[in-house]
Amino acid sequence: MPDTSLTIAGRTFRSRLIVGTGKYASFPVMAEAHAASGAEMVTVAVRRVNLSDRARESLLDYIDTSRYALLPNTAGCYTADDAVRAARLGREAGLSNWVKLEVIGDERTLYPDNEALVEATHVLVKEGFVVLPYTNDDPVVCRKLEDAGAAAVMPLGAPIGSGLGIQNPNNIRIIKEFASVPVIVDAGVGTASDAAVAMELGADGVLMNTAIAGADDPVAMATAMKLAVEAGRLAYVSGRIPRKRYATASSPLEGVVGT
Amino acid sequence: MTIQLNGEAFETSGPLSVSRLLATLDIDPRRVAVEHNRLVVRKAAYDSTLVGAGDEIEVVNFVGGG
Repeated sequence: MPDTSLTIAGRTFRSRLIVGTGKYASFPVMAEAHAASGAEMVTVAVRRVNLSDRARESLLDYIDTSRYALLPNTAGCYTADDAVRAARLGREAGLSNWVKLEVIGDERTLYPDNEALVEATHVLVKEGFVVLPYTNDDPVVCRKLEDAGAAAVMPLGAPIGSGLGIQNPNNIRIIKEFASVPVIVDAGVGTASDAAVAMELGADGVLMNTAIAGADDPVAMATAMKLAVEAGRLAYVSGRIPRKRYATASSPLEGVVGT
Repeated sequence: MTIQLNGEAFETSGPLSVSRLLATLDIDPRRVAVEHNRLVVRKAAYDSTLVGAGDEIEVVNFVGGG
């Protein structure tokens, strides 16, 4: 069955997988995992330059920006103002107006602060940003973000880094039904089947970091995630069979030997 | 004079441009973004933007994240 590509704000990506750059044991392993994942967009964080330790290599030495689009995030921001500030700095550092907008409301769950997220989305859209907000798996909040001009909505599957998989599949399905912008499931994936489930629910893409970077073999896991996202998408567009309570024989009922 | 650089007090010999400050810190301007008193300084304005006593400067770059 023919499928369309993932298109966000007019930019088309061949891969429906977006991957992070955090928590890797080394930059070379990260680069290898990125290549294995097939992703064409990677997230990065904006942080103060370490002025006392300048000898370290730069993350950007290991990201070929002709191959991967950079998606700066506003991780760690707890107010709309701080997130807007981080987004503006990310734009200047990366020379791109795309931002993964995070406004966190709680330290333990890292759940978003919905009101602040919507407010920051309004501000950044007015400033010409392509805003991809990391949001709760709440269809009403997703609609407000879309109304505010978000280029995609990125509901969480489970808390960031938890690896719990999609906790509320029904909401992901409803969010997709409501949305007229792409829906990217962001956070909560633990293993390949979680990514496949997200895609089977109709998500347009999946964003993950820890599931790959924290695996014993990140490069092999990146390959698994690539295949899972492709398999889940293909299953979604292929139209699965309905669920039934009882068996339906796959072999003919006539001509059975002995009857 | 003293400025606030990435949240900490930093001594310079006197007022200086953002370009000069980055050179003093041995920072490649292509890899960072700079905020001067909470406003982003465009790279094209690094030479002309003057940092004075008490100013707040943030110098950021990209690090790994999700």
